[in-house]
Amino acid sequence: MKTNPRSAPDVSVRGLTRRFGANTVLRGLDLDIESGEFVALLGRSGSGKTTFLRTLAGLDAVTQGEVRLPANRAVVFQEPRLMPWKKVWQNVTLGLTGADARGRAVAALKEVGLDHRLDAWPATLSGGEAQRVALARALVREPQLLLLDEPFAALDALTRIRMHELVAALWTVHKPSVLLVTHDVDEALLLADRALVLEDGRIRTELKITQPHPRARAMIGFSLMRADLLSALGVDVDGPAGIAKPADTVACRVPDDAKPRRTAPVLRSV
Amino acid sequence: MTDALIPNQGNMLRKFAHSAGRAVTPILILVAWQIASATGLVPERTLASPLHVIGTFWTLIADGELQDNLLVSLRRAMEGLAIGVSFGTVFALISGLSRSGEAAVDAPLQILRAIPFLALVPLFILWFGIGETPKIALVALGTIYPVYLNLYAGIRGIDKKLLEAGACFGLNHWQILRHIVLPGALPSFLVGLRYAVGISWLSLVVAEQINASSGIGYLIMSARDFMRTDIIVVGLIVYGLLGLLTDILIRTLEHRALAWRPSILKG
Ligand SMILES: Nc1ncnc2c1ncn2[C@@H]1O[C@H](COP(=O)(O)OP(=O)(O)O)[C@@H](O)[C@H]1O
Ligand SMILES: [Mg+2]
Repeated sequence: MKTNPRSAPDVSVRGLTRRFGANTVLRGLDLDIESGEFVALLGRSGSGKTTFLRTLAGLDAVTQGEVRLPANRAVVFQEPRLMPWKKVWQNVTLGLTGADARGRAVAALKEVGLDHRLDAWPATLSGGEAQRVALARALVREPQLLLLDEPFAALDALTRIRMHELVAALWTVHKPSVLLVTHDVDEALLLADRALVLEDGRIRTELKITQPHPRARAMIGFSLMRADLLSALGVDVDGPAGIAKPADTVACRVPDDAKPRRTAPVLRSV
Repeated sequence: MTDALIPNQGNMLRKFAHSAGRAVTPILILVAWQIASATGLVPERTLASPLHVIGTFWTLIADGELQDNLLVSLRRAMEGLAIGVSFGTVFALISGLSRSGEAAVDAPLQILRAIPFLALVPLFILWFGIGETPKIALVALGTIYPVYLNLYAGIRGIDKKLLEAGACFGLNHWQILRHIVLPGALPSFLVGLRYAVGISWLSLVVAEQINASSGIGYLIMSARDFMRTDIIVVGLIVYGLLGLLTDILIRTLEHRALAWRPSILKG
């Protein structure tokens, strides 16, 4: 796995294949993520999203294919994975090197609105708070690539909305490249520059979302994009009839022999 | 402030009433025992009366005999415990942290565990004579297993997801051990330690009654020769108190070291 200096694209994956025994989960996956780009990765349960993210996190070795990544990456998992025996701020400084680790942890916790719980034990946090600590733990490393594996899936709807706002705000400030794995189409549309659908071990659908931030469900084209993504995920929702789809909201179904190209998107309707 | 105090006071009263209630039966038994002794129903050579035991207790303390023997026993227990806990910890780390270490260490320890360690007393006397060594060795041997077994299980039971998170955030092997494995296995270690302390008193009772010229066990055995049931009862009470006190000590330790645990946070 090579690392490259800060130049676009940040992440470059070519022909990544991953097998578990006879089960081929990723087959020749290609993906570029531009520096500072927010990419959402959708896919049905078991489609290999976590497998892919773990490869980018460096938790799984690349056995077939090529992956180029920035060295400075941080992960937020679906569960907070905080050390129960470390106070909140100590969880954030875990593995941190350099001067004034605590000061940096305090700053990161302030950013996620938890500077009043510095000395709390993780067992006393709510699900949303714990996940915000996990977010602070990732942010404090000032990652060039932030990997999020369904980080809000276990939260209640209200907390999730607040977490979306928080992540959008933090991304605007710090501008890391982000890969957000999610099964929530709305989440992808509200946060990402680009939504991808993983299917049969490859990126089969790509949708650019150009609407400015902050976004709301009321934004133009939302329901159309939503229907497109849902249908790519195998859920059929009838979009409002008679409304022409703007070109940039049409999901692009990538045929088997083509590779999705960030630079030259060939948009076709599904 | 006062709002918080009122339920607290009620709580304390209830707690007090509860412990007072629990004391009723033991007190009744003591009274019955005293009456049985005074009326000659239970002769002195069978069991001394509670008042007699209290008097003897006092005399033994005034003579300094009790303290001297207690210190000797305590020292044996602590030295044996220190050795046993150290070995148990090292073995648990070896077999908990590596598969090859487990292959090397676990099987022999499991085989040894099948032999009741107190059965080794004759061999120990042959090997170590009748000084301090066999007594300390017996305590050490008995305390290795509980520490080993619990700590080993604790290390193996650490959440793999936490280990993965640690590796993900750039911890090296040593840091993972220090920040994740050891604190995560600490609750199991303390459980093992509590068993070990109990076993250390048990081994001492046996070791000091076989051949000794000092210690609580010696005090009891020499009292038997003179049919001094009062001294025997004092010795038994001391053993009981020691067990109780060390248990409280370790519970306090647990409360401090494991302050992060949900069960302790709630209580
Ligand atoms: N460590 C593993 N060993 C064997 N099979 C695995 C392993 N991890 C994932 N898989 C399989 O890979 C497939 C994709 O899993 P995953 O990446 O977790 O899917 P997703 O995150 O999209 O729900 C599943 O069929 C799963 O059973
Ligand atoms: Mg997953």
